[in-house]
Amino acid sequence: MAFIPHTSADVQEMLAAIGVSSIEQLFEEIPKELRARAMRGVPSQLNEMEIGRLMSERARMDGRPLCFIGAGAYEHHIPSAVWALTTRGEFYSAYTPYQAEASQGTLQLIYEYQTMMASLTGMEVSNASLYDGASAVAEASLMAVRANRKSKSQRILIPATVHPHYRKVARAAASNQGVRFEEVPYCTQQGASLAAALSRYEGQDVTALVIQQPNFFGILEDVDALTDWAHAHGALVIAVVNPTALAVLKPPGQWGKRGADIAVGEGQPLGVPLSSGGPYFGFLTTRMEYVRQMPGRIVGRTLDVTGRPGFTLTLQAREQHIRRAKATSNICTNQGLLVTAATIYMSLMGAAGLERVAAASHARTRELVSALTRIAGVRLAFEGAYFHEAVLSLDKPVAPLLAALASRGILGGLDLSEHYPELEGALLVCATETKTSEDIELYAGALTEAMSGLATRGLATRARPATAA
Amino acid sequence: MHSREKVIFEYSRPGRGATDQWPHEEGSALADLPEGIRRTGRPLLPEVSELDVVRHFTRLSQLNFSIDTHFYPLGSCTMKYNPKACNQYAMLPEFLGRHPLAPESHGQGFLACLYELQEMLREVTGMQGVALSPMAGAHGEFAGVAMIRAYHRSRGDLARNEIIVPEAAHGTNPATATMCGCVVREIPVDAQGDVDLEALRAAVGPQTAGIMLTNPSTLGVFERRIEEVARIVHAAGGLLYYDGANLNAILGKVRPGDMGFDVMHMNLHKTFSTPHGGGGPGAGAVGVGARLLPFLPIPLVGKSASPEGERYRWLAEQDLPQSIGRLSGFMGNAGVLLRAYIYMRMLGREGMSQVGEYATLNANYLLARLRQVGFEAAYPERRASHEFIITVKRQARELGVTAMDFAKRLLDQGFHAPTTYFPLLVPECLLIEPTETESRQTLDAFVAAMEQILSEAMQEPEHVTGAPHTMPVRRLDDVRAAKQLDLTWKPTAQS
Repeated sequence: MAFIPHTSADVQEMLAAIGVSSIEQLFEEIPKELRARAMRGVPSQLNEMEIGRLMSERARMDGRPLCFIGAGAYEHHIPSAVWALTTRGEFYSAYTPYQAEASQGTLQLIYEYQTMMASLTGMEVSNASLYDGASAVAEASLMAVRANRKSKSQRILIPATVHPHYRKVARAAASNQGVRFEEVPYCTQQGASLAAALSRYEGQDVTALVIQQPNFFGILEDVDALTDWAHAHGALVIAVVNPTALAVLKPPGQWGKRGADIAVGEGQPLGVPLSSGGPYFGFLTTRMEYVRQMPGRIVGRTLDVTGRPGFTLTLQAREQHIRRAKATSNICTNQGLLVTAATIYMSLMGAAGLERVAAASHARTRELVSALTRIAGVRLAFEGAYFHEAVLSLDKPVAPLLAALASRGILGGLDLSEHYPELEGALLVCATETKTSEDIELYAGALTEAMSGLATRGLATRARPATAA
Repeated sequence: MHSREKVIFEYSRPGRGATDQWPHEEGSALADLPEGIRRTGRPLLPEVSELDVVRHFTRLSQLNFSIDTHFYPLGSCTMKYNPKACNQYAMLPEFLGRHPLAPESHGQGFLACLYELQEMLREVTGMQGVALSPMAGAHGEFAGVAMIRAYHRSRGDLARNEIIVPEAAHGTNPATATMCGCVVREIPVDAQGDVDLEALRAAVGPQTAGIMLTNPSTLGVFERRIEEVARIVHAAGGLLYYDGANLNAILGKVRPGDMGFDVMHMNLHKTFSTPHGGGGPGAGAVGVGARLLPFLPIPLVGKSASPEGERYRWLAEQDLPQSIGRLSGFMGNAGVLLRAYIYMRMLGREGMSQVGEYATLNANYLLARLRQVGFEAAYPERRASHEFIITVKRQARELGVTAMDFAKRLLDQGFHAPTTYFPLLVPECLLIEPTETESRQTLDAFVAAMEQILSEAMQEPEHVTGAPHTMPVRRLDDVRAAKQLDLTWKPTAQS
């Protein structure tokens, strides 16, 4: 019964020790008229065998399609050791390491994680994680407002090439505190943000500029020029990066002359399954000078009373349980278990292995782009260099094509019409190291067939503005 | 418990690696990338074998206390058993492999679970609508207060920006109010732990956005005049926010919606037994009454009839134009939601009320036994809820043995410490929450350990104040940790 171990003898003796005659009596302080009635809306209990059957049926309904969607969540190979270790009860069923002496395992692991993330992003310090990549952008924006003391405007420039969901989450999370997000248009030829588009902010107070690399389209931004523009105008730079890509791309700490100020991103590619969107984790790293403006938990190494090294939560004076209304964030629980998985993943991969994951993902995406653009009516949407993800432009309506592919067990990418109506027939596709040449051929064959069965989009819709506003 | 484990980087040997995990491609596949965009130096990641990794992280895990290994009566955190089935069936390959942007045609099984979870949570809380996307309790709090604010604004009631919190509230409550652009007004509680109604009446006004309450409160007692509190706040035009941290106490016995609350969050990682994971992931679903339905965060899961039968679908901006918006990149901590769903289905309506009953039985039994062996209850006149507070202020004064010393000595006895020094209101306090999944025998063993520490405190107090003695490390220098920041391992700093 509900994982409750009590025998009826236990219950009787416990009630006697308390000095009451029934469990019901323990609820006597709750006003009678408030007491709950039977919960008809909750079904009757299932045992483990029954719930196992139900869940297996539900899982079967979702199937295991061949997936070419990326857009912020990437299907990478996850070594068996990652989750075999992560789901050990000692990690899985522990809590926030408040009692340091009884939590050295989790604490040391976070310290190792902080070391890896700081190095991967080329920054000096890392926190112990945030909820996900989107909320990390929101927290970084609030942090930038605190850190950039010279700026009074609370104005954050966020290019339209940043993940649309990240932009929405940042707005929902930070606008209540008066932070304003202004969207910067991108070049529809290159698919990249241009420093030139920032010229209209010359002479104005800007708190921070967000730069996603590679951007939502998979296009590589000119991060050096954008970073230098921001710094020349008194703005901080918030880098939004893919951790796999960082194995081969210049880390935020080296962008431009001075490097980005805060680096954040979605940690999911580091050993975390797609799992319908979560749990994932957000990472956040920065310069040492801003460490006290960071949100979330931070672990430090110190000494015990006998002079031996040990690990503990530190800089807690920033946090809600100490500072209350003046805390840097309300965050308390974060994504510890996912950090565990990521730390194990990065240990197994090492720099050389992660580089190969990046190289293989990029090679597979190039192969995919090359196979699909051989089909009549399919071409690359942008001229800019891409990494590990790309936008195709189709001369047929995208939605029915994707539906036709899905009915054959292929998820062909993300239709961009909802977020970028100015991009007609745009499809964001991605392949990682998990896709074989056969998978790619299967997709190309299915798309060829699907396209031949559909009318071409009207010619009138082909015209595109030079630059989307 | 072995004593320590090297930092993983110390196992590194140049050229070693878990090569079976690596793809075949080499860097030459990147030849098309433009000049100047490539990384020049490799990041500091370990070069170790798969066996090195397995041993290292297994050993690290063994340095932890956890529910699976130890009684973990951490007050306010509801550290109950996390059934293995919840993990096993949430990790079926179809669920793990499902892309968050996969079409609804390839998600009917997953969406059905989420829809039913919304419905069950609605039922057990007495709320009208539930959104599952907030990713932790504090995240749910943010959603809740943001909805309160959006509600007032939608009515043109722009002056309401003050959130009232009792002084014993969780730190996340005032921090959340600030994040939502509100100001915080603290009010006292009376000697019996109930909200001071006079202070509340004086605090409310046209500036009141709402009040955030935990019930049972963080003091481990039920707020008896909750209906009066609701009347006062509602009459002033404010809304009531229920902090679901202590929902385990009343599950199946009384519902926040029936108490008059307009909005709440549920910590699924507490009440519905999803894992705490060493500090997350949590899940902080929010529930609302009718007035706040239009403001729920997106996405929600809806159900509609179609020729093929019932179809589940995402509800987003176009369905809820007044929504406070999107709070997560995709669908919150989806895998955690599946675990909560499985747990709730296993409890069923029969098990749901037993949770509150046996959590309360265990707490009251443990309190009675601890008082019997000489500990002082902070609220001796009150019934404990699912947790309770003892204070060792007498021992601190007379023997120099503090609540922290008791906590550390408990670790030597093989018990995780209760929450210490929270709530701030009670001096030298231990907040103890046994949960319903612990047997009477475990509780008795805990009482015996506490009794022994009490006698040690009288006979050899330095043995208690010097605790722990048997853990991988002794007490750590927190001041040094904060002043001489060592937040990343450096190749030169060998330990």
